[in-house]
Amino acid sequence: MASGKEIRTQIGSIKNTQKITRAMEMVAASKMRKAQERMAATRPYSDKIYNVIQHLAFAHPEYKHIYLQDREEKTRVGYIVVSSDRGLCGGLNNNLFRTLLKDIQDKTDKGIEIDVCAIGKKATSFFGRLPVTLAAQVTQLGEEPSANELIGSIKVMLDAYDSGHIDSLYLVFNEFVNTMTQENKIMQLLPSKPAAPDQELKHHWDYIYEPDAKEVLDDLLVRYIESLVYQGVVENAACEQASRMVAMKSASDNAGDLIDDLQLVYNKARQAAITQEISEIVAGAAAV
Amino acid sequence: MMAMTIHVDIVSAEQEIYSGLVDAVFATASMGEIGIYPRHTPLLTSLKPGEVRVSVNGKEEQFYVSGGMLEVQPHVVTILADTAMRADDVDEAAAIQAKEAAERSLADSDASLEYAEAQAQLAEAMAQLRSIERMRKSKGR
Repeated sequence: MASGKEIRTQIGSIKNTQKITRAMEMVAASKMRKAQERMAATRPYSDKIYNVIQHLAFAHPEYKHIYLQDREEKTRVGYIVVSSDRGLCGGLNNNLFRTLLKDIQDKTDKGIEIDVCAIGKKATSFFGRLPVTLAAQVTQLGEEPSANELIGSIKVMLDAYDSGHIDSLYLVFNEFVNTMTQENKIMQLLPSKPAAPDQELKHHWDYIYEPDAKEVLDDLLVRYIESLVYQGVVENAACEQASRMVAMKSASDNAGDLIDDLQLVYNKARQAAITQEISEIVAGAAAV
Repeated sequence: MMAMTIHVDIVSAEQEIYSGLVDAVFATASMGEIGIYPRHTPLLTSLKPGEVRVSVNGKEEQFYVSGGMLEVQPHVVTILADTAMRADDVDEAAAIQAKEAAERSLADSDASLEYAEAQAQLAEAMAQLRSIERMRKSKGR
């Protein structure tokens, strides 16, 4: 049995670890609240642009944009994978990658090749090891991801789609359901299929486009895709903090259990030592 | 007689900027300044860096946008403001940067791209200045 002193140092070191995990839990909790606020703040834009796209699907433009045309998946598909920069957030990234790998496996079985745009360090290092093409990457978005930083990497994928290099584009991220639940999501970005709009627009009409339909639609659809990706990134950031908070909470709880167990062992060892000492003294006295 | 109003939403990717009923909206579209009154025909246009003004009960409110899109529907005007400075060359530069990061190499950036970026910055700065000047004038009165 370990001696009293050894157990005491062990308890001490676990207590220190517990302090750290508890601090991280509280930091994550406050960051999560901010991330949730940010998530809510981006919603108006994505709702509005989605409305416009819906209207557009019902307008009758003389120009049909390539993003809205159906295209068959034949040779190559693209994935934009959103992950966190930092670890210690439970199984958040790994669960997402596992879901994605299944999807990728299905595609490669059909002879389709994969292009990946990695957002966040974890995705970059994960896909660096796999036999997929890493077309673009962006890391170090921090706690307040800005839409600016994403433009470049999204453009790489959109260009690949424009040129016919990839036949479809997916966004892979964690959807924030609530603090305890994050859902892995693989969403098709391109070709884009907006849902059916409200009835009031059923009659034949079209916008006036300035300067012309092609330019305006190009701009609008690129922004639409960007807003979807940005929304995904912001949502993933909230998921990261929520997941970290839960992971750190369970780590603190575990440390607490461990300390309780060790404390019991320590008390028993101490009691045994005292008993032994007394019996030795008594035995010694009896011998005299 | 009740004045006719139109609902305006101004949003950027990172936040909601303005939402409410107004008498008219003015914005700097890619083809020039436009004014939108209620019952405007459906319109879709891109915006240049500049100010967006809304007039409510004879009072005007100003916002600065660095570009974006404007949609007019019979009862709603939606302005999707960019948070970022956009120009094709600048986007291209960002794309190249992302690619390079993927290749883990940092080559020196092209001079022509820097020029385009500077130009876009200048346009934005000028539009901001105009907006500020106008605000000063209206305060001075």
